[in-house]
Amino acid sequence: MKIVVGEGSCGIAAGAAKVYSALESALNGVNAELTFTGCNGMCFLEPIVDICDKGNLIKRLVRVTPGDAGKIAAFVNGDGDAVKDLEISDDDKAFLDKQTRIALRHCGVINPEKIEEYTATDGYKALRKVLTSMTPEEVIEVIKTSGLAGRGGAGFPTWFKWNAARQSPGEEKYLICNADEGDPGAFMDRAVIESDPHNLIEGMLIGAYAIGAKEAIVYVRAEYPLAISRLEKAISQAEEAGYLGDSILGSGFNCKMRIKAGAGAFVCGEETALIESLQGERGMPRLKPPFPAASGYWYKPSNINNVETFANVSWIILNGGEAFAAMGTENSKGTKVFALTGKVKKGGLVEIPMGKTLRDVIFDIGGGIKEDKEFKAVQMGGPSGGCIPASLLDTRIDYKELAATGAIMGSGGMVVMDSSTCMVSMARFFLDFTAKESCGKCVHCRIGTKRMLEMLDRIVKGKGKDGDIELLEELCFAVKDGALCGLGQTAPNPVLSTIRYFRDEYEAHINEKRCPAHSCGDLLSYSIDPAACRGCTLCSKKCPVGAISGTVKNPHTIDSEACVKCGSCFNVCKFGAVKVN
Amino acid sequence: MMESNLSKIEPVLDRYAAEPGSLITILQHTQEIYGYIPKDVMYRISERTGITPAEIMGVATFYSQFRLKPIGRYLIMLCQGTACHVNGSEKIAAAITNELGISDGETTDDGLFSLKSVACLGCCSLSPVMMINGETYGRLTPDKAVEILRSLRKESENK
Repeated sequence: MKIVVGEGSCGIAAGAAKVYSALESALNGVNAELTFTGCNGMCFLEPIVDICDKGNLIKRLVRVTPGDAGKIAAFVNGDGDAVKDLEISDDDKAFLDKQTRIALRHCGVINPEKIEEYTATDGYKALRKVLTSMTPEEVIEVIKTSGLAGRGGAGFPTWFKWNAARQSPGEEKYLICNADEGDPGAFMDRAVIESDPHNLIEGMLIGAYAIGAKEAIVYVRAEYPLAISRLEKAISQAEEAGYLGDSILGSGFNCKMRIKAGAGAFVCGEETALIESLQGERGMPRLKPPFPAASGYWYKPSNINNVETFANVSWIILNGGEAFAAMGTENSKGTKVFALTGKVKKGGLVEIPMGKTLRDVIFDIGGGIKEDKEFKAVQMGGPSGGCIPASLLDTRIDYKELAATGAIMGSGGMVVMDSSTCMVSMARFFLDFTAKESCGKCVHCRIGTKRMLEMLDRIVKGKGKDGDIELLEELCFAVKDGALCGLGQTAPNPVLSTIRYFRDEYEAHINEKRCPAHSCGDLLSYSIDPAACRGCTLCSKKCPVGAISGTVKNPHTIDSEACVKCGSCFNVCKFGAVKVN
Repeated sequence: MMESNLSKIEPVLDRYAAEPGSLITILQHTQEIYGYIPKDVMYRISERTGITPAEIMGVATFYSQFRLKPIGRYLIMLCQGTACHVNGSEKIAAAITNELGISDGETTDDGLFSLKSVACLGCCSLSPVMMINGETYGRLTPDKAVEILRSLRKESENK
């Protein structure tokens, strides 16, 4: 038997490494092989341990703790019931069963640090096919047929970029992978690199062959140390096996690959800023045109694609462009990975064919809202995207249809919000992010986002004025028009989309000095209903500033001057005696 | 100003100084060696690479990863990503500030803890999350965060 522990970053954070070492000692002398895999995307069930026999998954155990190691050893030794209470439920199983996995097809299945496990699942077969039987033009044609579009956000046709770089004159060309996954709330690129690094390498090599690049670079966020170390290992294994270097697989095609760790700047997700950063400069975007396909890294023809885009390439080559294009809608082909998080029951990675609805993702796969609260909105596309309200839940996953709502497909971050999320504060949160991350090159973005942030700051503090909403809208359009790159052009989206769908919340903050979601601290006051209070003293013990006084079995009171509005008392009261106004 | 041991950076400069576009890599190594980017090391990098100190400063201040001041023994990186925000990271920040008496970007007087807000750490499903010296702590509550800090303090006292 084989015991497989899921060790992606989230799994490790949830305790998978401790489970692994507990298993190491528990399985000592037991006839079972202990190994690990990457992340299968069921983050809400981490740590996950799979038990396989003769290559088949026979038990999937969830929320495993180090203390459960003994049970697993007992199971291996023949006690069939030993792990019963750890087994995944049928309902949770459906989370994976309802997905269609292409980019994530090996994630959580193979050991990411063993090249032989990748090659055993058709790994590097597509590369061999390309190098031995296809011209670069034929490769580009297959990608064109597939309809694959950039998964980083913009959704630009991949074949078009490849073709432009191919056609650009010059011997020295570069292929770059954008793994600077900066959207707060998106983590599919990290999962792909941590769980299936060879798939990324293979996709990149096929791209490099298509455009005629001899050097490939992966620009990875420095915040992803595990992804970097697994990719480093994979690159050296691929070099050793002859998939990287000179005359790959004897074809005469040469390509080397290296990793460049980013240093923490959201704007470097913009391709020309990323190139500046690769050259060791401040990551400030360049004026386009010329596009990178004509003048990119060191002003040579360069092509930049996102991790998820590359992760689809080997599958497309092996299965044909038509098979990929058969999935999805008229405008959007294939599958897309979403990072489902926030107030959703089952958070994790969801890969589904385009054309499914938001409701399918959030309710059918994600299981609905935590504590069965009311769904309010879903934020898509991070700081460049927008909030989509409940009334538009049946919108299809399609580049055009999502853009029509005011949000974007983006890189696939989907943050679900319930009735306790204040939309004005949400817009303020994103503006705070973009204002900090603006590189400062364009005046409208640098100063416009700052002024908008100040206005939103005022509004959430109850100091909003008549006319603020209109002024915000005016500034939004000015920033959109006056910015050079995607960061500034899209920074107003969260504000515009929340004003569009939740104008009443802005009005409540400005006119009535009231936060309908009970979230903006400055607009709240807490009090205790003496009739409901049983004097259990729990709230006064929990209060971090000692603002609650009272004696046992007598009603307590809150000193509103001392109260910091943290909400602890509200959360701990079992009798509903704490009131928020 | 305290003087840094410049000999430690020489091997890095031997390797990268002549390679164009390596400034960020050099600065990353510098921070790994010294814990931050000391001014005198910046001048040394300038001498060896020919990049002006102003340009080096420009790059060092552009990226959030680089620090110009020493940090505490435990660097608390508190995630401020969207999912963490929605799940209450502000309350975690308040609890840490309350416990340690430091705000974002500050270090405790005893040099034990530094607090830094960071963009998404990519563990959204465990939100709210913080990372301390490379180890990720998820599903935080204000109480749990304080408990972790106290156990780290104890751990350091026992060493």
